[in-house]
Amino acid sequence: MGLNAITARRAFTVSVVTLAVSVTPLFAAIAQAVTLNGAGATFPAPLYERYVREFKSKNPDTTVNYQAIGSGGGVKQFQAGSVDFGASDSAMTDEQMEKVDRNRGTLLVPTAAGAVTVAYNAPGVPAGLKLTQAAVGEIFGGKITKWNDPAIAKTNPGVNLPDQAIKLVVRADGSGTTFVFTNAVSAASSFFRGKIGVSTAPKWAANPLTGKGNAGVAATVLQTPNSMGYVELASAKQNNMTFAAVQNKKGEFVTPSLQTTNEALANIKFPANFRVFEGNPASGYPIVGMTWMLVYKTYEADKLPAVKQWIKWVLSDGQKINPTLDYGVVPEPVIQRVLQQLEASVKAQ
Amino acid sequence: MRPYRALYFFRSRLTQMTEALEPTQSNLPQRSPVPTESWVSQFGDGGFRGISFLAALLTASIPFWMCVLIFKDARPAIAKFGLAFLWTQEWNIDQSLFGALPYIYGTLVSSAIALFLALPIGVAVAIITSEKVLPEGLQTPIAFLVELIAAIPSVIVGLWGRFILIPALEPFQQFLYSHFKWIPIFNTQPFGPSMLMAGVVLAIMIVPTIAAISREVFLAISQDLRNGAFALGATQWESIMFITLPAAASGIFGAASLALGRALGETMAVTMVIGNVNEISTSLLNPGNSIPALLANQFGEASDPLHIGALMYLALMLFLVTLAVNAIAAVLVRTLTRNA
Amino acid sequence: MSDLFAPLPPSKKLFNVAMSVTAFALSALALIPLLAMLGAILSKGVPHLTADVFTQLPAPAGMKDVPSGFANAIIGTGVMVAIAAGLSLPLGILTAIYLSEFGKNSTFANAVRMLVTILSAAPSIVVGVFAYGVLVLPLKGFSALAGGFALSVIMLPIVTLATEESLKLVPNAQRLASAALGAGYGRTTLRIVLARAFPGILTSSLLAIARAAGETAPLIFTALFSQNWLEGLLGPSASLSVLIYNYASSPFVDQNNLAWAAAVMLVGIVVFTNLLARWVTRNRQTTR
Repeated sequence: MGLNAITARRAFTVSVVTLAVSVTPLFAAIAQAVTLNGAGATFPAPLYERYVREFKSKNPDTTVNYQAIGSGGGVKQFQAGSVDFGASDSAMTDEQMEKVDRNRGTLLVPTAAGAVTVAYNAPGVPAGLKLTQAAVGEIFGGKITKWNDPAIAKTNPGVNLPDQAIKLVVRADGSGTTFVFTNAVSAASSFFRGKIGVSTAPKWAANPLTGKGNAGVAATVLQTPNSMGYVELASAKQNNMTFAAVQNKKGEFVTPSLQTTNEALANIKFPANFRVFEGNPASGYPIVGMTWMLVYKTYEADKLPAVKQWIKWVLSDGQKINPTLDYGVVPEPVIQRVLQQLEASVKAQ
Repeated sequence: MRPYRALYFFRSRLTQMTEALEPTQSNLPQRSPVPTESWVSQFGDGGFRGISFLAALLTASIPFWMCVLIFKDARPAIAKFGLAFLWTQEWNIDQSLFGALPYIYGTLVSSAIALFLALPIGVAVAIITSEKVLPEGLQTPIAFLVELIAAIPSVIVGLWGRFILIPALEPFQQFLYSHFKWIPIFNTQPFGPSMLMAGVVLAIMIVPTIAAISREVFLAISQDLRNGAFALGATQWESIMFITLPAAASGIFGAASLALGRALGETMAVTMVIGNVNEISTSLLNPGNSIPALLANQFGEASDPLHIGALMYLALMLFLVTLAVNAIAAVLVRTLTRNA
Repeated sequence: MSDLFAPLPPSKKLFNVAMSVTAFALSALALIPLLAMLGAILSKGVPHLTADVFTQLPAPAGMKDVPSGFANAIIGTGVMVAIAAGLSLPLGILTAIYLSEFGKNSTFANAVRMLVTILSAAPSIVVGVFAYGVLVLPLKGFSALAGGFALSVIMLPIVTLATEESLKLVPNAQRLASAALGAGYGRTTLRIVLARAFPGILTSSLLAIARAAGETAPLIFTALFSQNWLEGLLGPSASLSVLIYNYASSPFVDQNNLAWAAAVMLVGIVVFTNLLARWVTRNRQTTR
């Protein structure tokens, strides 16, 4: 008994060690291929996941891994240096850019534009509920609490609005989508601007339900009757959610779509650092925003070519995927400027 | 034969035990040859003892290091908020105002509900699997099945809780609301995730702990006690309820403490059914939040040292409370199972 | 003579019956969730447990008609649990040997025991935060290694304390006899004590492995997740538990289905390992 047990244990230890030792060179061989790790916003996650898959099939030597942990997470991990690129719908503030890992510098690369829908789950209420921007501000600011409030009923004659409380669903995490949403609503509703303000993680009134990521909010709205939340367009469409038609500056009630997104962003001007937020566009769907990849200005020599290849692909072939998922593309002149900056300022360490 | 003399000499310098056992030459019978030297003996006992000592040192350093790291990260928050952190309600990331009350409340209430539900069930299972109220053959399978619940990973219990249990208990929650609104703990409209659901899920997860330890405690109680009760005319159940149970009381209390410790630290199952809302409400049908769930949701993106500090302050408190509860439990259970 | 066999008074009979019913009802309440859980997992997960699951990577959210599976998560869990076992088993067993054979009741040994008990009380999310600070920040990256390390911290107290209990159960007479026959500490411990306690040590190791395989919280800040094959130990890695967590909270039905399938697999692995652990010590009576 003793001999067998000892031999068994030794055999086990030896085989584990052998396995580890023999597998590591294999890993090293695989690791000759470069992997880029990115993390951040959930807003473009459905799009980036397609990018990753397409890119891999065209460039087998480079693997990109993107994890949607929220814009807040993206900025934090980018600052900590634990990812190769970040992603955020609220870009980065100057203070945030100062704290970046070992002062490697930051390049903000706009990659797509998208709409944030006001999605709801109210039995009996059809899709395309007409909401004024003021109404949206008062609902999410906590002033309008019931579905059949006069402010909602006024713009929706003939719709059977339930006599129920509106259950709000917001983001649990620090979110660029929240930033885009609060920015747009604040620009049009002074009530909302005063009460809640613009933020990635505002203090909401009346303790709404929360979800993690755009996916979490969507899932919560789908599972909770009489709820209303904000979800980016691709996720909302793919899950057949009902969303509202929000009134824009011109007075039209606009349903979010690729076309209305593009209309809204047609006139925005991108500054030198490519950071721009359109609060209340002159036409099109009013709640839209850009999303950025956060790229360092210095990389290790072995990663640099892969990073450049990836960004160039995103801004060329990748842009073709955008419309298929109802994301807007980055205007061509802006792409050229970004590529110039990529060549000029992103260097090896 | 000579090398073994040297070995004895070497060892006796290190321990008294081998000195006491050292055979004197006159007593030694002529022995058959001892098996050939293994690499262990060549290593030397000193080496072996040294390695195991180093291992113990390394193992002990890990919790120490963990406490240091957490405390270091929590310092900014402790310095700024002090003890008031524990009863402040405001959690505003933009303005760097942090207060722990909703999370402490959520953690305590969900664990309390869990304990309230799980204690009778766990003790009942323990009685059934240790006393002679069931045929012998059934006791082990039932005990095994209940322990199997403990083996199910927390995230799977959360998955089941979110997709199956919440819809299934929806009518029950509605019933509580419509018929018992007048009781403050049921006075809000439920819509799925809630403090009550978190309590139920936690209860399911801690029943095995209570059952297994209570079972040990019951088994450790001397049969003489029961025999005495029978001799005085008690029935099986009378003996269990009035003699054995009181005797096991401190051990069961210890089991409950251990289970409470487990419930306090549960992350995944709770975060999937509690609703993740930062509010305090007397109603159990309202969603809430707990410390582990908050950590899981916010740690990944906290970059402001004060935000991280507040989260680590919460973690530290959770750690300390869990520790205290576990310590009480260990003392109680050990005293009872040793004395019986 | 018949006075010796008087029937029970009705109140006692009622009490007996009432208690029996209550006890059985409560016990049924304990078993119902287990059966409900296993039933739900099997019925919702098995239909989606296709061959693809073992060979394909997860498809992007919302993409239909594309083969989708979680082979990378299976490999990830396997690799990280292996790392965790490789780190915690030798360390834990050696520590337990020190505590039971050499340290015994010394102040240092008691301090070590206390610290290990403290470690066992650490909530798993706190262990994840610790591993993030120790490995993710300095190495500047999420990695399978950090995930494995976090899991090993979870396993370490289980292995240490349970192994020490098993070692203590070995009768001291055997150690003395071994010493009397001329064996030193090393040989006594390895050949006699460990051999005798081996089934108990194997059981506790298997139980610790089963626990580590199911943990999620320590992995979300260390190994993160990945939709690609594992490439080296220094990159993010998928795992079954994080997959379930991520995909369960997703609105996409395809991802929900993958989560259920992964749940079947994870429960299968964990239950199997638990059964194995008990089978090893099947003939041992520890109480009564």
